[in-house]
Amino acid sequence: MSDVRDDALPTLAPPNEPARKVGRIKPALLLHEDHDLCPGCGEPVAIRILLEVIEELGQERNAIGIIGIGCYTAFTSTMDVDLVQALHGRAPSVATGAKRMRPDTLMFTLQGDGDMVNEGLQEVIHTAARGENVTCVLLNNGVFGETGGHMTSTTVLGQRTKNSLEGRDAGRHGHPILIGDLLAPLGGTAYAARGSVHDAPNVVKTKNMIRRAFEAQLEGRGFSFVEILTMCPTGWFVPTAEGPGYLDDVLAPVHATGELKNGERLVGTPQLLEAARAEERGRR
Amino acid sequence: MKPRLMEGSEAIAEAALAAGCRFFAGYPMTPFTELLEAFARKLPEAGGVCINAESEIEAIGMAWGALATGARAATGSTGQGIALMQESLSEITRAELPLVLFHMARGQGDYFQATRGGGHGDYRQVVFAPIDVREAVELTQVAFDLAERWRNPVQIHGDFLLAHTAEAVEIAPLEFDPLPPRDWAVDGSLGGSGRSRNINPIGMEKGAKGIDPDSFWKRLQAKHDALAAETARAESEFTEDAEVVVVAFGSLARFARHAVRALRAEGVRVGYLRPITLWPFPAEAVASAAEGARRVAVLEQNAGQMIDDVRLAVLGRAPVVAIGGISSDEAGFGIGPILDPADVRHRIASSLGDPR
Repeated sequence: MSDVRDDALPTLAPPNEPARKVGRIKPALLLHEDHDLCPGCGEPVAIRILLEVIEELGQERNAIGIIGIGCYTAFTSTMDVDLVQALHGRAPSVATGAKRMRPDTLMFTLQGDGDMVNEGLQEVIHTAARGENVTCVLLNNGVFGETGGHMTSTTVLGQRTKNSLEGRDAGRHGHPILIGDLLAPLGGTAYAARGSVHDAPNVVKTKNMIRRAFEAQLEGRGFSFVEILTMCPTGWFVPTAEGPGYLDDVLAPVHATGELKNGERLVGTPQLLEAARAEERGRR
Repeated sequence: MKPRLMEGSEAIAEAALAAGCRFFAGYPMTPFTELLEAFARKLPEAGGVCINAESEIEAIGMAWGALATGARAATGSTGQGIALMQESLSEITRAELPLVLFHMARGQGDYFQATRGGGHGDYRQVVFAPIDVREAVELTQVAFDLAERWRNPVQIHGDFLLAHTAEAVEIAPLEFDPLPPRDWAVDGSLGGSGRSRNINPIGMEKGAKGIDPDSFWKRLQAKHDALAAETARAESEFTEDAEVVVVAFGSLARFARHAVRALRAEGVRVGYLRPITLWPFPAEAVASAAEGARRVAVLEQNAGQMIDDVRLAVLGRAPVVAIGGISSDEAGFGIGPILDPADVRHRIASSLGDPR
C-alpha cells in the first residue's frame, strides 16, 4: 500500500526491542524527569498536570509558584517556573504579598496537607476570606509523607499512621478536617474543588479543576482552591500497586471529589458523597 | 522642605516611603500600633499596599512575598509579635531578602531578642537603635539601602518614646550609591527558559540534585562577617579623659547623654558612648572608650543584657558595672521611672563613687 508510513513498526515478526513509552510525557516546564520521590507517589502526577495547565493557558512566562514544605518540595529544583520557597504552612501569606506587588502574574501555592491543614490552617482561611486573587493547590495524601507516615489533620478515621498505629480514633485523635468545606463558603472564594490522581479519568477531571481555578484567578474573581488527593503507598504502608485502590477505598469516601464552589454554586462534601453513592447504585 | 512636628511613628512611615517602601503588613500592638496606622494612611496614597494582617506570622509572610518580587517592603511589631516572627526572620535572612523590620519595643528588655534572635540556625541581622525621631528618619532610609545592598534584614529598634514623641523633623530623601540590579527577584518572566529562579532559604539550585548546606551556610557566614566589619556605628562624647564611661542605647541614651553633658559642665570627668548599631555591636569603639577609664557603667532598662556585649568588648580593661535595671510603668509598656533626667544623673553620679 502506498500510504504506509516509513516509520511504522513492522508487525510481521516479534519486536526486536522492548515496548517503550512514546509521545511527550515530560511537561515543557519541567527541567528533567528525575526525582527522588517513592514509587507509586501521586505527587509527580499532580505536579505534571499543574505544569501542563500553566503551559496550556499560555502562562509559562507569567507564573510564580510559592512552595510549601513536604516531599513535593523536591520538585523546586526541576520545575521551570519562577518560585519562592516558603516556610511550612506560610505559603498563602507569601503568595498574598507577592500577588499584591505583581497583580498581573499567575500566583499559585503548592502545599501538602501537613503544610496547609496542620501548620498553616489559618493562613489559607484568611487568604480565602480576604479574596486574595491567588490559587492555593493542596496535595492531600492524609499523611506526613516526608517524615515517614504520621497522622495529619486530614488523616481519615481508621487510617493507620506511625502515631496512630491502631488507626485514627475519633475519641483519641479527633476528626479529619475537610479543608475544602471550610474554604468554599467564604465570601472571598470564587472556586473550590477536590480532585484525585488515582486513575486516568480523575487525572483529567482534576486537570480541568486546576484550569478553572487558574481561569478564575486570571479573570480576577478572587481566591481559588484545588485539593488533589495523591497516593502515598509508603506512608500508608501498602504495596506500591495498591496505592490507587487504597486512595479510592479509604480517602475518597471521606474527602469526596467534585466541585465545591464555582461562582454562585456551593456544594458540600456530604452532597458529593451522596451523589457518588447514587451513581454507584445506578451502576449496580 | 521645612521641618514639621511629627510623632516618631508618622515620621518613620514617611521616611520609609521616601526610601521607596511600597509594601507594609502588620498587626496592631502597643506601642507599634501607630506605625501601622501611619502606613495604612500613607501607603495607598503613594501607590503602595498596606495589609492589616491577621497575625504577626502572616504579616511577615506577606512582606516575604512582596520582597521576593523586588519591592521594598517592611513589617514590624512589638517584642511579643516579633517573637512570633522569629522562624520567618531567620529564614528570610537565609533567603537573602532585604526585609526592614520595625520593632517598637516595650522598654529595653528585647535587646537579646534583637541581637541574638530566637530563630533557628546561624543568622545575623543589622539592628539600628535610634536615639530620637530625627535619627530614626535617617536610619530608616539607611536601613532600606543597607538591606538591599547586603540582601539582609535590617531592624529599626525603637520604643514607646520614639514611637510617640513628637519632634520637628524634615523628611529629606537621602542619596545612596547605586545598587546592583534586582535580577534575583521573581516576576514570572523566566518560566520555561531553563533559567527560572527559586528564592529559597536552603541554597537549592534549579537543576541541581539535592542541596549543599555546608557551602551555603559558609557563604552566608562570610557575608555576615563582612557585614559586621563594615556596619558598626557608635556615638561618643567626652570619652578621652573620662574616669567613668556610660554606655547606653536608644531613648535611655538620650537621658544619659543629657546627664553626662550636665556633669561635664560641672567638671566631672564622665564620658558617654552609645551603640547606634546593637548588631554589629561597636566593640572597638567601646574598647577604646574604656581605655584608661576607671569604670564602665552600663545603663539599660532591663535585668542586664547589653552588659554582656560591653564586657566582651571591654575585655577586662576596666570593671563593668550595671547602673540601670528593670523599671516599668503600670502597663509594662517600658516607660518606667528610670526615664527621668534626675534619676539617670543620680545613677551616673553614684557610679563615680561620689553620689551627688
